[in-house]
Amino acid sequence: MTVIEKHDYDVVVIGSGGSGLRAAIAAAEAGAKTAVICKSLLGKAHTVMAEGGMAASLGNMVPEDNWRTHFQDTMFGGKYLNNWRMAELHAKEVPDRAIELEHWGAIFDRNDDRKMHQRAFGGHTHNRLVHIGDRTGLELIRTLQDKTVHSNVDVFMETTITRLLKDGDRVVGAFGFKRPTGEYLSFSSKALVLATGGSGRIYKITSNSQDCTGDGYALAYHAGAQLVDMEFVQFHPTGMVFPPGVAGLLVTEAVRGEGGRLFNNNGERFMEKYDPKRMELSTRDVVARSIYTEVKEGRGSEHGGAFLDVTHLDGDYVKTRLPSMYEQFKELAGVDITKEPMQVGPTCHYFMGGIKVDADTGATRVPGLFATGEATGGMNGSNRLGGNSLGDLLVFGRRAGLGAVEEANRIGPVSVPDGAVEDAHARAAEDLAGDETNKENPYALHKELQQAMGAGAGIFRDKEGLETAIAEVEKIYERALNLRAPSSRPDYNPGWQLCQELRNMTTVSLMIAKGALLREESRGGHSRLDFPAYDDYWSEHNILQDGVGPDLDLTPVPVVRKDDLAELIDERKQQEAATK
Amino acid sequence: MSTEMKGGHRQLKIWRGDRETGQLVDYELDTEPGMVVLDAVLEIQASQEPDLAVRWNCKAAKCGSCSAEINGKPQLMCKTRLDHLPADEPITVEPMRAFPQVRDLVTDVSWNYRVNEKIPPFTPREGLPNEYLMGQADTDRVSEFRKCIECFMCQDVCHILRDHRLQEKYYGPRFMVRLASLDMHPLDGLDRTDLIADQAGVGLCNITKCCTEVCPEGIKITDNAIIPLKERVADQRYDPLLKIFKRKGRQGRKKV
Repeated sequence: MTVIEKHDYDVVVIGSGGSGLRAAIAAAEAGAKTAVICKSLLGKAHTVMAEGGMAASLGNMVPEDNWRTHFQDTMFGGKYLNNWRMAELHAKEVPDRAIELEHWGAIFDRNDDRKMHQRAFGGHTHNRLVHIGDRTGLELIRTLQDKTVHSNVDVFMETTITRLLKDGDRVVGAFGFKRPTGEYLSFSSKALVLATGGSGRIYKITSNSQDCTGDGYALAYHAGAQLVDMEFVQFHPTGMVFPPGVAGLLVTEAVRGEGGRLFNNNGERFMEKYDPKRMELSTRDVVARSIYTEVKEGRGSEHGGAFLDVTHLDGDYVKTRLPSMYEQFKELAGVDITKEPMQVGPTCHYFMGGIKVDADTGATRVPGLFATGEATGGMNGSNRLGGNSLGDLLVFGRRAGLGAVEEANRIGPVSVPDGAVEDAHARAAEDLAGDETNKENPYALHKELQQAMGAGAGIFRDKEGLETAIAEVEKIYERALNLRAPSSRPDYNPGWQLCQELRNMTTVSLMIAKGALLREESRGGHSRLDFPAYDDYWSEHNILQDGVGPDLDLTPVPVVRKDDLAELIDERKQQEAATK
Repeated sequence: MSTEMKGGHRQLKIWRGDRETGQLVDYELDTEPGMVVLDAVLEIQASQEPDLAVRWNCKAAKCGSCSAEINGKPQLMCKTRLDHLPADEPITVEPMRAFPQVRDLVTDVSWNYRVNEKIPPFTPREGLPNEYLMGQADTDRVSEFRKCIECFMCQDVCHILRDHRLQEKYYGPRFMVRLASLDMHPLDGLDRTDLIADQAGVGLCNITKCCTEVCPEGIKITDNAIIPLKERVADQRYDPLLKIFKRKGRQGRKKV
């Protein structure tokens, strides 16, 4: 008989990126018995790849900067589809979260006043991003990692969660297996926080880590939660395009923040055509579409990108401010960026959409279930500004951790129904048992999914392409349900892992394509060739999704407004109208 | 592009096995220009060997997951280009040998995490303002250490750990770097000299610099972390002048 290891916690956090660790720290400091579950090793989560910095209106460079301007920038960047309360909380609280990181040992670059230096970034009115070189995400994750292990949090590394466990309507735990051994384990939780990040691996060209397979979106969906804004996918304008093996690898926006310029193969600084005011530091959606358009119209580089050039800057300055970019191009592309331009093109980077949560507490509509970070939607509307993710992780990670503790303190003990554990175990064991007659290769199926999504639901979309993508993904969804691991070894079996992840990714892919089909307009990270303009109705509606299996229900709902912020919004809209 | 990149047919010898047993297994594949070792391993996994176990995540040399011994040298699989390795011989890919094997290319690195838990974290000095003030020069010095991506290849190559198996007496280069980052943080309030000298065992390092050679982040582990820590211990414990004046510990820092 299989032994299933059992653990009881007040708060279980799934995901060990910035928001998961911040949630776990908050929960543990509030006295909750807390566990954090990492799909990889601790400290390896996708947060580690954040480069440019964290936007916080500390005003160290420009004293008049304040949360109101940051809020306005965030709302403008999201084309006013953001959840107003989330954008407000973020703008107000992120300076404290940045300072707190220093209290926990983080080191940031300094300005002449010996305070944190703040760099310029696309869509931010002022120099606002605190940073350390171009490896700010690593600094953030390492700081939180050290804080976590000294905060009485139990860490489960390389543990894959396959299912949330419910008692009636309430989420009371999670089931999964330890990757190195294949041993099963089940957790009971009074409150559970999903901090599982995005799902970039549904596209072939992506800056995302292997881990980013939309696990939280799918786990929450199957548990009965709602998702919001799933049609909005951020394609970062600058990913590497050559060599093929590294296509999609991120080239930080800090390159443009530090003065990098974009050229086409005629030597034209083409952003003059698309956004003469902001040029290279326009919002990411605009720059990505501009590069895509230049390439499509025949003005791209030999490897199908645009030229990103920093050769007019001092070589030593480039090496100090952008050390990992210098290394990355030298090692992987054989290019010295102080002497030659980089070739770059759009790469899937970030999911604006996600689990719908209460802004203040991270609570979903499912009792006992909370979410935070990229796994949630709302904060960024239809397009995220660079620098607004790291702060999001900390502000809402902390809030979700505290929200979970409050829930854990409020309810009595929970018990996980035996049947729920048995069901989850049966499914995982069936995946592993292998099947000689089932020759479906999970790696090949993954490529098919990436092909379908890239072709039909990528940076530019239209009705026909989306309908084709949906039809294809629905078939892949069915095949993913029947997938079995190609080998029945329980220990570190990558095919077993991928069976689960493919089901998550196909679920997410359907959400994206169906949301994109319904939204008949272009806005932020959603561009319809057949509906290229803003639409009045859609300018005030988000799309909610929920459902059972592949049958998604899509419901447009009005944007969550907040009266006391209306003045700030109107002010920015008037400014924009005046400068057009 | 200034540098020519070659693809073509390549042979790999990949270690397959588990805690008990294993051997190098031959594979062949056609490669594209610019491919790295991890691309080749993942292609073999996808098309030939679906249960080949390999630990990886970012594939951008930022997370430090895919450490392996490539042609006998610890390197990140995601950062090692095939066309930088000799074309006329098979490429061998083995797991890090200083750690217990899990399966194939995956090793058990959990010991490192247990060591880290023993190191008292950053603890601010008393009386600091809410918003810290420090110079860029201070940041730069500590920042080198904080570039560490915890690939643990320095631990793998350190002969004190790899050959002499003195895990009980020496924390290893990675944690000398960690200790140096705390020791040189201008606002840290702890004096970890005793820990550095005794439990962490800095004296065991005899400066062969193997760790520095394999660091994918180019951290000068021996010169900038370990030697200054050795000097710190010598100053605090054996400096005759300090003994005369009976100076205890370092100013502004509490002994741990």
